[in-house]
Amino acid sequence: MGEFNVHRVRFFNYVPSGIRCVAYNNQSNRLAVSRTDGTVEIYNLSANYFQEKFFAGHESRATEALCWAKGQRLFSAGLNGEIIEYDLQALNIKYSMDAFGGPIWSMAASPSGSQLLVGCEDGSVKLFQIIPHKIQFERNFDRQKSRILSLSWHPSGTHIAAGSIDYISVFDVKSGNTIHKMLVDRQYMGVSKRKCIIWGVAFLSDGTVISVDSAGKVQFWDSATGTLVKNHLIANADVQSIAVSDQEDSFVVGTAEGTVFHFQLVSVTSNSSEKQWVRTKPFQHHTHDVRTVAHSPTALISGGTDTHLVIRPLMEKVEVKNYDAALRKITFPHRRLISCSKKRQLLLFQFSHHLDLWRLGTTVATGKHGDTLPLSKDADHLLHLKTKGPENIICSCISPCGSWIAYSTASRFFLCQLNYEHDNISLQRVSKMPAFLHSALQILFSEDSAKLFVASNQGSLHIIQLLEGSLKHLHTFQAQSGSVESMCLLAVSPDGNWLAASGTSAGVHVYNVKRLKLHCTVPAYNFPVTALAIAPNTNNLVIAHSDQQIFEYSIPDKEYTDWSRTIQKQGFHYLWLQRDTPITHISFHPKRPMHILLHDAYMFCIIDKSLPLPNDKTLLYNPLPPTNESDVIRRRTTHAFKISKIYKPLLFMDLLDERTLVAVERPLDDIIAQLPPPIKKKKFGT
Amino acid sequence: MAALEEELTLSAVPLCAGPDGLLGVEQSDKTDQFLVTDSGRTVILYKVSDQKPLGSWSVKQGQIITCPAVCNFQTGEYIVVHDNKVLRLWTNEDVNLDKVFKATLSAEVYRIHSIQGTEPLVLFRKGAVRGLEALLAEPQQKIETVISDEEVIKWTKFFMVFRHPVLIFITEKHGTYFAYVQMFNSHVLSKYTLLLGQEEKSVIQSFTASLDRKFISLMSLSSDGCIYETLIPIHSSDTEKHQNQTVVRSLLLKTVVSGNARNSPALTVLDQDHIAVLGPPLPASKECLSIWNTKFQTLQISKELPQGTSGQLWYYGEHLFMLHGKFLTVIPYKCEVSSLAGALGKLKHSQDPGTHAMPHFVNWETSQGCGLESQSSELSKRILRRRKIEASVQPEIPASKQLLSTIKNDSEKHIEIELRKFLASKQTPDFHTVIGDVVVGLLGRCQTEPSFYPRNSLMQLIQMQVLSHSLCPRLMEVALEKSDVQMLQLCLQQFPDIPEAVTCACLKMFLNIGDDSLQETDVNMESVSDYTDAIQDEKMEEQNEILQNGFNPEEDNCDTCDKELNGKPQNTVEETSSCPVIPKRAALLNAILHSAYSETFLLPHLKDIPAQHITLFLQYLYFLYLKCSENATMTLPGIHPPTLNQIMDWICLLLDANFTVVVMIPEAKRLLLSLYKFVKSQICICSELNKIEVSFRELQKLNQEKNNRELYSIEVLEIL
Repeated sequence: MGEFNVHRVRFFNYVPSGIRCVAYNNQSNRLAVSRTDGTVEIYNLSANYFQEKFFAGHESRATEALCWAKGQRLFSAGLNGEIIEYDLQALNIKYSMDAFGGPIWSMAASPSGSQLLVGCEDGSVKLFQIIPHKIQFERNFDRQKSRILSLSWHPSGTHIAAGSIDYISVFDVKSGNTIHKMLVDRQYMGVSKRKCIIWGVAFLSDGTVISVDSAGKVQFWDSATGTLVKNHLIANADVQSIAVSDQEDSFVVGTAEGTVFHFQLVSVTSNSSEKQWVRTKPFQHHTHDVRTVAHSPTALISGGTDTHLVIRPLMEKVEVKNYDAALRKITFPHRRLISCSKKRQLLLFQFSHHLDLWRLGTTVATGKHGDTLPLSKDADHLLHLKTKGPENIICSCISPCGSWIAYSTASRFFLCQLNYEHDNISLQRVSKMPAFLHSALQILFSEDSAKLFVASNQGSLHIIQLLEGSLKHLHTFQAQSGSVESMCLLAVSPDGNWLAASGTSAGVHVYNVKRLKLHCTVPAYNFPVTALAIAPNTNNLVIAHSDQQIFEYSIPDKEYTDWSRTIQKQGFHYLWLQRDTPITHISFHPKRPMHILLHDAYMFCIIDKSLPLPNDKTLLYNPLPPTNESDVIRRRTTHAFKISKIYKPLLFMDLLDERTLVAVERPLDDIIAQLPPPIKKKKFGT
Repeated sequence: MAALEEELTLSAVPLCAGPDGLLGVEQSDKTDQFLVTDSGRTVILYKVSDQKPLGSWSVKQGQIITCPAVCNFQTGEYIVVHDNKVLRLWTNEDVNLDKVFKATLSAEVYRIHSIQGTEPLVLFRKGAVRGLEALLAEPQQKIETVISDEEVIKWTKFFMVFRHPVLIFITEKHGTYFAYVQMFNSHVLSKYTLLLGQEEKSVIQSFTASLDRKFISLMSLSSDGCIYETLIPIHSSDTEKHQNQTVVRSLLLKTVVSGNARNSPALTVLDQDHIAVLGPPLPASKECLSIWNTKFQTLQISKELPQGTSGQLWYYGEHLFMLHGKFLTVIPYKCEVSSLAGALGKLKHSQDPGTHAMPHFVNWETSQGCGLESQSSELSKRILRRRKIEASVQPEIPASKQLLSTIKNDSEKHIEIELRKFLASKQTPDFHTVIGDVVVGLLGRCQTEPSFYPRNSLMQLIQMQVLSHSLCPRLMEVALEKSDVQMLQLCLQQFPDIPEAVTCACLKMFLNIGDDSLQETDVNMESVSDYTDAIQDEKMEEQNEILQNGFNPEEDNCDTCDKELNGKPQNTVEETSSCPVIPKRAALLNAILHSAYSETFLLPHLKDIPAQHITLFLQYLYFLYLKCSENATMTLPGIHPPTLNQIMDWICLLLDANFTVVVMIPEAKRLLLSLYKFVKSQICICSELNKIEVSFRELQKLNQEKNNRELYSIEVLEIL
């Protein structure tokens, strides 16, 4: 199939932000995750844990609490004192509202979903009414001495528990009065600590309040009498989070030592109806603080400072012991942070507040498989482009010719022109942006770098003609009538005639760029699209979905290709379908029309459509066969999927020219090295 | 905790209960079957779990049953008295009571008592007592009068005290109560006057009694709603024989029922600490069945009976019987001993994967799920039609029940065969509880029949690896009684939750048992395979060096003790290179070392071990430690040897518990000195290791930096 020179890039020093909150929505089986930089991500647990939406962060918007209310409405609150509602359709912030209580530390939606409660720095607990398109302040509860760090509603909605410093208060919702104050012991292993912070509370329907605190305790309180019922000392460090299952038969807590403990309500003896809470399973999937946990009906979800989102299915709740029962650890975003200019061999790296432009090195040497070639010129860091303002970058792109860079934050769109004069480069910002171009979810340049395609909120697609130092608006494809869904993925055909765009759930739309009209819509599929690309010459649209299916759709013929039908009929290899991470990029070889190049975080694959498809009995990952084997054997064992797992975790891979590939890796060790040190545990002696 | 389960109503035949309720409910010779005598003419045999009558017998019109029917456990016949004097005996096959055996007595019968293990007793209205056999042999014999004319028997109960039948009955005369205790074998009758104390005016409404070692604990419920306890000696002292003694009653529980109830309340003893009381808790409220814990004076559970009761309460096995409205209601009652291990379900990790049949993870839901399942199947059993389907779906349940009945009656050999068959069959999800029941059944028979000791069956069951101490708490007790070290070793290896007291009792026995008797036993030796016959020709110098484990004790302050130790090198060599105990004892001690424990609970028991045994055990542990430190991995040879940590922990424990004693024993001095030395070396090792850890981390950092330098490279990849 061929030999490639691979530019193996490990200098993309991207560090994901730590996870601060997770909120699980049972109705839609979606998980909202907020990070310390204010980013909020939505994972679809039904669609192979795909990260289908995200809201870019904001420097001053450190989220401390995240919750779903009224079914599908998502709220967050943070240290800037504001409550924010997210628009899950348009993928922007609907509104933010100051609670006027100082930084907000906690938030909880009422069991009915119609009320929202926030706990503030000044010790106030504020109740908001959730009304259509808005929230409305209703009243304050009795003011407490110090900040309210945790809140929980009684399932009936009549009482709430609020965790503060050194005590837990129980409020009556109707009157807003404190019914009980339950003082928490500050003692920690016989030593009196200065303060005991209640990091989390959970109110059960039988009136039990469970609290977790900074002294490493999980405590059970009787809210009717305000007395301590039971005490579990589970950690030498803080217990920072708690989540209870809907059935109230199990809950999960996370500690600063990175351990997650599962508690279950278990019969005291077999056959007896009396039950008690027992600490059953400890899990150590994190190295750092577990800041937040969630409990879905079938899994324990945890996240923390070490940036991993861990989804641990409960074996006894999983009906079929298949691949879904395996542990999932999600570290990298399911979208591209890197774009590349093939012509000039440039890589553009997107960080939260800046862009880095690198030029790849060169070599004159040749070698055989596995060799590292001597560099005649090392990679150069050309440009460090900082954004202005507190907003994170949503998306960025470099044009194939390398002379344009476009990026966007939530409120501003930036376009820059680069001029190369020998070793010097100069950057010139295109200053006058049309008013409609204020924010983009996805940006794409045409192959000849003459056109710019921008997917904005509200589902519209702009086509812009690039001129020297300025731009000209050509056309806007408005959203399909009735839908406000934003497009997240774009693909343009190399000849520039076709533009494909896909949202999170509806099908892929294909537009004719010359005639400026919708050409066709690829039938909608159950699982979201993770990558799109249009092949040169044939104009076949290749679509990868989060369930690891791949479709090939002929745009001129408006139908699936024969190869696509064949592979759908035969089915993919089971190991292919069991991969964890979605395909994030698809590209094509200019000289070999039968090849499709694609990659996920752990493998790189070339699909050769001319070869037979593998069935479940054949080896999917075939290593390099010995060269002395006869051609017959080679031909017999060979199949369409050529997979290489050398580069991992792989964030980006593309073909620079016929014989050159670029692979951007981000080793986990490098990320860990940049995190703060974890709590030290002594290994020897006690 | 005490728990009342959902009630069953025996409603198939409406009872013709009079205003005073039923005459009585009595056990029959089959479990789950009870004789119910109504106040009219009918006796009904009920099977409670099916909620249906198995048989019903009535006397002729005009006759009236005067005493509740009982079952003669020795013959399986039923006995009833009608018209005060006429005795009827019949069996299940009989249909018509008129045609069965009849004996007319010369005096009026108050009650017939029958309990397991003895012949029925007949109590006459005037206080005389006769055995049934003697009475049937001569029905018209003269019956003496024991109590005075105006005395009326109020209540009576029959016990077995150390295999001797004892009957107690209470009489009343003008508001004064007398208790008579009749020792049936010795024909001694003691009479006691019950002093009511301050509550002179109150009327006693209900009695119950239980055995408490040498006393009968008589509990009475007075009209003021309080429960009083009176202790009546079973064996009265000889001098005061036949004299009228007085006994005082003391308050046990205050105001459990309302004083002025419509119906008189009733009470019955459930076990040592629990009593059931039937009556309204407040004057206005409806009647309630409540379970009280007398030890803690707490109400455990209560259940409202809105349709009223007859103020009668019976308790047999695990069932409480009462008349609720018009129907006889059965409420199953259970008081399970809660055990921590049962709740936590600790599991020991077995190292050899081949022998383990358990799933890899503890599924906390299954036992729960099972419980629910069985509950639901119980519920559905009420619907007869469904019951058949259930039975066909779950054929395993009868198999285990069959086995349990086999255990009750058959020979050891037969039980063994049946057990093997049962174990070979498919394992159900509730397998471990079934096995637990089987062991409890076997032990129950051991208790009643001292000669019965089904050793092979028990061993086989233990080896199923599903038992735990809390499932069969009596098992190790029995093994300790029989000095069965092999069984104890097996238990120690298999059970995850042995209480520390039992572990310590085992340790005591293992240290105490003679070498000769040990040689005869068949102990599993896999944990001691090699090191007892280890090569003796190793030089002391070498050992000493390795013992330090790389640490050079040049600046050791313990030079003097070293000298002292080296002063008699001959002895030291002997002490360290030969095992101080025989291999079989070593194997047993290793089983102790492997068992799980909690220091706090173990320490007090360790103090009870004699000093020379402590020294011996310490010597053995020290020997093991030396063997451990002979190789680099710090492990012992063999299949399942004690680990270094276990050895160290036990040394610490023994010293903690017995330090003052060990210090005083001259022969332990050398041992203590050596121990002191090795603790010192251990501390040094730990500090060295901590230092090394830091160095390693630096190395790791350097290594990472080296990797970081290769941030960019161009490589050649060939894809085929």
